[in-house]
Amino acid sequence: MGRLSKKRMVVLLVVGALGVMGLNSAFAASYPERPITYMIAFSPGGESDVTARLQQRYLEEDLKVKFLITYKTGGGGSVCWAELVRSKPDGYTIAGVNEPHTILQPLQRTDTGYKTEDLTRIACFQYTPSILIVRKDSPFKTLQDMVEFAKKNPGVVTIGGTGTWASTHFAYLLFEKAAGIKLTYIPYAGSGATKPAILGGHVSAIVGHPTHAVELGDQIRVLAVCAEERSKALPNVPTFKELGYPGVVEGSYRGVAAPPGTPKEIVERLASAFKKINFNPEFQKKMTEMGFDLLWWGPDEYNAEIKKRTEYYKKLLSDFGFKK
Amino acid sequence: MVLEGLLAILSVKNLIYVALATAGGLAIGALPGLTATMGVALLVPLTFTMGPISGLAVLGAIYMSAIYGGCFSAILINTPGTPGSIATAFDGYPMAKKGEGDKAIFAATYASMIGGLLSLVALFFLSPPLARVALKFGPPEYFWLAIFGMTVISSLGEGSVIKTFLSGGIGLVLSCIGVTRMGGELRFGFGWHELQGGIELVAALIGLFCIPEALNFMGMSGSSIYDVAFVKKKKGVWFSYIREFWGTRVTLIRSTLIGIIIGILPGAGGTIANVVAYNDAKTYSKKKGFGKGIMDGVVAPESANNATVGGGLIPTLTLGVPGTPVDAIILGALMLHSLQPGPQLFQKSGVVVYSFMWALVISTLMMGVIGLSIGVATYRAVSKVPTRYLAPTIIFLSIIGSYALRNSMADVWMMLALGLIGYGFRMLGMSTSAAVLGLVLGQICEEGLVQASILSQASSFYRVFFLRPISALLILLSILTLFWPVIASLLAKRRSRKEDHERAKG
Repeated sequence: MGRLSKKRMVVLLVVGALGVMGLNSAFAASYPERPITYMIAFSPGGESDVTARLQQRYLEEDLKVKFLITYKTGGGGSVCWAELVRSKPDGYTIAGVNEPHTILQPLQRTDTGYKTEDLTRIACFQYTPSILIVRKDSPFKTLQDMVEFAKKNPGVVTIGGTGTWASTHFAYLLFEKAAGIKLTYIPYAGSGATKPAILGGHVSAIVGHPTHAVELGDQIRVLAVCAEERSKALPNVPTFKELGYPGVVEGSYRGVAAPPGTPKEIVERLASAFKKINFNPEFQKKMTEMGFDLLWWGPDEYNAEIKKRTEYYKKLLSDFGFKK
Repeated sequence: MVLEGLLAILSVKNLIYVALATAGGLAIGALPGLTATMGVALLVPLTFTMGPISGLAVLGAIYMSAIYGGCFSAILINTPGTPGSIATAFDGYPMAKKGEGDKAIFAATYASMIGGLLSLVALFFLSPPLARVALKFGPPEYFWLAIFGMTVISSLGEGSVIKTFLSGGIGLVLSCIGVTRMGGELRFGFGWHELQGGIELVAALIGLFCIPEALNFMGMSGSSIYDVAFVKKKKGVWFSYIREFWGTRVTLIRSTLIGIIIGILPGAGGTIANVVAYNDAKTYSKKKGFGKGIMDGVVAPESANNATVGGGLIPTLTLGVPGTPVDAIILGALMLHSLQPGPQLFQKSGVVVYSFMWALVISTLMMGVIGLSIGVATYRAVSKVPTRYLAPTIIFLSIIGSYALRNSMADVWMMLALGLIGYGFRMLGMSTSAAVLGLVLGQICEEGLVQASILSQASSFYRVFFLRPISALLILLSILTLFWPVIASLLAKRRSRKEDHERAKG
């Protein structure tokens, strides 16, 4: 015993210290180890919910923890995002985010509870361009028909959209300006409410997304797409650019974000998980079937796009006369 | 395809699922704080593992039975379990207090069952034409529907009409809190970001009904919340119940129709239907005693709210436009399983759709059996529980329920604040149901008004607001509802003057 046990103790201490240090780094690399909450800003059954549920399976397989989908509805998403920026930046709370909502809301009011820059963006994975939809039996067979009618009858053509000074409203304003016509905009409470509006003939047209075109099938006709290129979900529909109205580009983007201050490694880990899903052919097929276009912006690209678009919308809001 | 759907659902596995879902849905509906919307939303992921036929069957069963289950707490403890059973408490609870709780539950069960079944018949056979009617409702129609709903408020209160309208008005103001869905501005935010979403309807419901009732129970002495103890009745009493139920058949059919129609309208659901049906029964039925505990007062709201299930599915399945909030979730579930709602749904995936509809039928029938036995047993149990256990239990459930809505403490605080306000209403003799109805109708009314006003810029004010057939009908109904008491008493005076004349002559 005696001298030997002292030596033994020193060896034990050194091994123990090394072991603890090793364990420490193992902990850092062991994210995630408990369920992750995936907050959705809109009601169950909606597009954000359906997208998240389709991703849920793949995420749980990849990260080996449960993903709990919770709904924090209200304020057009601002309740959810205000909650996100107040959550712990430990990677166990993320939220689905929509652009340009998170850009426009803080630009339009000071009481949203969050600022555009506060969200740590992980990835942007989905895109739906705005489209102009009329009923199958509408007298407007092409976009040109509507433009000519509107020139002769200013203000008579009614177009339904979602909200005011939001994405679909901008699509409408850009179209009005590019074609030099006067139309009437009717704001609806959500994209769901625009469907019976067009089917029931209460408005001449609505600004929607390819997902609606898929849902409404042959009860409607799509006149044009607000994008630089044609939508993969609607390959036969011309863009506004092709039809002679450049600059009419607008649409909704879906991504995910984390609270401010989330460590870079965790953001990268989550981004790679979402990237894998986006490039999974089974997932891609399902999304295109439903009318969604997929795209991929990693954290850096996403942040750069947000900066660019914030400037763009600031200018747009002042051009169209928005007053706070 | 209809028969294939039936065969698909009649497997032992699926029948067990439907039975369990029916019982589970009953519990969800009965507990104040848990609603059909929540229950269905929580179980959507389950449908992945079960496959579309079993999964959708489970969702449908929970939907139908949760709406029915709301009557239990409405009758037994005067707090609606779901917003669709607000009016059930008006006559259901007085019946329970008189010791007739089992009769109330009997009436509610079979009213729900028949209302649900008839609406499913409409779904099976009349979907296309009825869906087209739903589409005719545009912004002006929704505005006038909300106005009509507000005239119905007048029948909700006991006593002073002014107090009832004041309560309804407070509900309207409460509905203005939050970001407007059409414009994006925030109203009445008070700097709290949690208020951006406005007041959650279910949190308001729990606050305005459950808390005052719990506080009320705390003030009661005695061992039971009922005035007359529950007495185990003889077997023969059920026949008298059946006979009395048969006597309500006119109310039953009318209320079912009201429920189907309101269910079809996108955006309106059981919350509005049950109150409108109650008002209609109270106004136009020849029976007296509404509010004191008569069977018609339970049959009307319960048949209407279950009728919105089938009604709401009509535009959902045929047009892809959800008739009620729960239908939006079901639509989402359908899309997750690659079932595109709309005209192609029945052609492409007829078997799954019809099996879903059959599952609803089976669940509704099961409700009639399971519900009655569970309901009466619960009545027996609750009548024995001392008030000092009941009150804290209700408050406990209220807090859990309002938190569960959005995982948000803010909703709990709102619920408690509204609870105190609701208690204040009680003390002042004001109706809390009027406030809830104002809360529900406010958004519909404002959105309809704004949209119709803008539309009238593109056309003409009169054409948009008045010269539409459905709008005109709703305006007429509103005027009738407002002035019916005056009209009825004028008619009564003329009748009695005529009788006096006859007597004087003869």
